[in-house]
Amino acid sequence: MKNCNFKLLVWRQKGPQEPGKMVAYTVNDISPDMSFLEMMDLLNEDLIKKGEDPIAIDSDCREGICGTCGLVIQGLAHGSKQKTCTCQIYMRDFKDGETITVEPFRSSAFPIIKDLVVNRSALDRIISKGGYVANNIGGAPDANAMPISKETAELALDASSCIGCGACVAACPNSSAALFTGAKISQYAHLPQGSPDRKKRVLEMAQQMDKEGFGNCSNHGECEAVCPQGIKISHIAKMRREFFKASLL
Amino acid sequence: MSEKTSTWILWTTIGRKVLLALSGLALFFFLIFHLLGNFTLFVKDPGIFNQYAYTLERMGFILYVMEGLLILTFLVHILDAIFVTLENRKARSSSYYKEGNAGKPSRKSLSSKTMIYTGLLVFAFVVFHVKMFKYGAHYVAQNSNIRDLHRLVVECFKTDYIVISYCIAMILLGLHLRHAFFSAFQSLGIAHPKYTPYIEKLGILFAIAIAGGFLSIPVWIYFH
Ligand code: HEM
Repeated sequence: MKNCNFKLLVWRQKGPQEPGKMVAYTVNDISPDMSFLEMMDLLNEDLIKKGEDPIAIDSDCREGICGTCGLVIQGLAHGSKQKTCTCQIYMRDFKDGETITVEPFRSSAFPIIKDLVVNRSALDRIISKGGYVANNIGGAPDANAMPISKETAELALDASSCIGCGACVAACPNSSAALFTGAKISQYAHLPQGSPDRKKRVLEMAQQMDKEGFGNCSNHGECEAVCPQGIKISHIAKMRREFFKASLL
Repeated sequence: MSEKTSTWILWTTIGRKVLLALSGLALFFFLIFHLLGNFTLFVKDPGIFNQYAYTLERMGFILYVMEGLLILTFLVHILDAIFVTLENRKARSSSYYKEGNAGKPSRKSLSSKTMIYTGLLVFAFVVFHVKMFKYGAHYVAQNSNIRDLHRLVVECFKTDYIVISYCIAMILLGLHLRHAFFSAFQSLGIAHPKYTPYIEKLGILFAIAIAGGFLSIPVWIYFH
């Protein structure tokens, strides 16, 4: 494949309180094997050379593990390829000459820090309300002391694969954090290690989710489709069952 | 962790959707019985439909209680829906320059995105509908003393603009029901790898059957 040119429409916003707008850029001679973030790096080098303010973006591992990167590309959180992070989007996925829109993860609960970088601490505050288990200190416990069926273990592992990137919130028309919170609750609700704090966990995490200003879940399921780990909305249903049990029984 | 954790269940995002789902399913229930009763309009003898309407009317107190419950269910559903929708707008205060559709397994559709509009329009229709029939002309049947509601229905459904607005209203209702059925189960925490796909299919079937069923009556009368 030959190198390509693209037109970018990027959200630029100087700071949390400043108004932002979409700004057009062109990038030329882009190798199709370049990742989307590398293309953004090139654009930023260009901007720096020209003495302009580079575009702020978040990224860390750049291999789809950490969940730090997060852009809305062509209106889709983490781009159009399913079960990947933004860092795993490649320029070969776009047509030569295509206009590509790049926006931050939008939610009232994710204030924009600058350009494409948003503050996702709201998710950390939900975790701090119970996204952990209490363990006795001491030597590592015997591996088979607590038998867990394969089916249950798989469900818990599916939920635990959440990397907390916030794409579910970005893709939800209501900015609901139900998939994130659901996964974190479901992960422990399936396992005996989670049982001591089971009720308290779901009540406090759900309450924190509401306090942060995330919306209600309308069951659109858009979150499941953009989740880099493919976490299913059945974990939201699990959270709801846990919530009913904890608040009614 | 000294904060009080047991909030009133309905004052949470999870609880409000439970209320919406339960009231919505109750309305579903009503629609099914309403439709089955109205199918007596397909019978040749107008007396059958009139008799059905009269039987309901004669229930007196029981009917008032049922009507009261129905109005209450509507109010709960509508107020909750408006509240939930306003909250959702607040949570997404800045909108995307470009909004895409991620495709399956997403269920986001025209139907799921327009629930508040289809709902409000259906409600406007219900008001118009009740006014037209319940509080409409009071003909008396010739050979019995009961109300000849059949005549009023036929007169209305021979009118172009009424038939057209009924068709539009039922398509809107169908759109509402298409997302509603599956969504209600999910809101109630009912999800299962094997049965949820069937619930989704049943929802589509219900939407088509209920909207199509109600639509068939004015259309059939119009062309007869
Ligand atoms: C015959 C009437 C109706 C039936 C059978 C019905 C049924 C339902 C059901 C079963 C749901 C799913 C609840 C859930 O997601 O948990 C729903 C959602 C909804 N209904 Fe209705 N409904 C009716 C009328 C209305 C009316 C009059 C409104 C007016 C405002 C309305 C507004 C809504 C909205 C906005 C939602 C979705 C809320 C969300 O985003 O989560 N509905 N409806």
